[in-house]
Amino acid sequence: MGDKKLDDQIAEYALRLGDDALVFGQRLCEWCADAPTLEEDIAISNVGLDYLGRARMALQYAGKTLGRTEDELAFLRDSGEFRNLLLVELPRGDFAFSMVRQYLLDEFELLFFTQLCGSKDDTLGAIAAKTVKEVRYHQRRSANWMQRLGLGTQESQARTQAAIDQLWGYMPELFEMDELETSLLQAGIAVDRLELHSKWLNTVTAQLASANLQIPQIDWQVVGGRKGVHTEHLGHMLGEMQFLQRAYPGLQW
Amino acid sequence: MSELSPLFEVFLRGRRGLDHIHVGSLHAQDAGQALEYARDTYIRRSEGVSIWVVESKDIHASQESDVASFYDPMDDKPYRHATHYTLPDGVDNM
Repeated sequence: MGDKKLDDQIAEYALRLGDDALVFGQRLCEWCADAPTLEEDIAISNVGLDYLGRARMALQYAGKTLGRTEDELAFLRDSGEFRNLLLVELPRGDFAFSMVRQYLLDEFELLFFTQLCGSKDDTLGAIAAKTVKEVRYHQRRSANWMQRLGLGTQESQARTQAAIDQLWGYMPELFEMDELETSLLQAGIAVDRLELHSKWLNTVTAQLASANLQIPQIDWQVVGGRKGVHTEHLGHMLGEMQFLQRAYPGLQW
Repeated sequence: MSELSPLFEVFLRGRRGLDHIHVGSLHAQDAGQALEYARDTYIRRSEGVSIWVVESKDIHASQESDVASFYDPMDDKPYRHATHYTLPDGVDNM
């Protein structure tokens, strides 16, 4: 305790995890009242709310050190201050795109949060323990959707494969370790993302192959979210998400 | 999808309940998906700890035309209810 530098690092780490969850939760909730069926509408919003809950826990924790409330972090930062992965801020696309993104992320998060359960930071460990249970269900849902879409109709297969091709270049960012996370890894607090890669790739490749879907051979990748360098989509999303607090500062309900 | 997907009836057993109670219905492509949708639709607030889903077409229901022979005969047989009988003096609680 009392290690200011370590506290700052942990707060930044929590901010990253919180922003991932907040931005992705917002994207998922964009399906609310717009999903293909009433049942799916409720299911996908339900998943979105799981992410919102996770975001609250992580941002509250980060905010303690940063001296800001969860609401201030969520609604009063501009896009350059957000630390989320680029993957989660992309527009929701069609249903196949949203489900492919969900699936690729779910398989990653299953590995990531299982590891984070053993973090030497008790709060992060507790957040991870709660999150793992949710992710297990998300993964079950999205993996089933890969089967349905990949083995469904010619159109569903084509759209799903197209989504994989579009999203693949955003995958490397999930496994990127920078100075901060390496330092926290050595302190027994953060997860070694690099170490998760081969297992993730094997699982994803096998699951997709069984659904008549292929991993693309591509030579591009984009990163930058952790440094606040985002796609143009994040600003538009925040414009909607933050509208009320921007137009009516301090508004409560 | 809904037009093509079969209808399922959903039954839940609450934490303290012994029986599964019918709570509603939903469309799904198969029983597995019906269970997941039931989970998301009906137990978001911890309403249950066990779910049954049954394809609606597998439920056989009595018909409106059966009313006369099924239910009416019960109306004039009050002696089938315990309340019909006068309890002996010695019985305080029943």
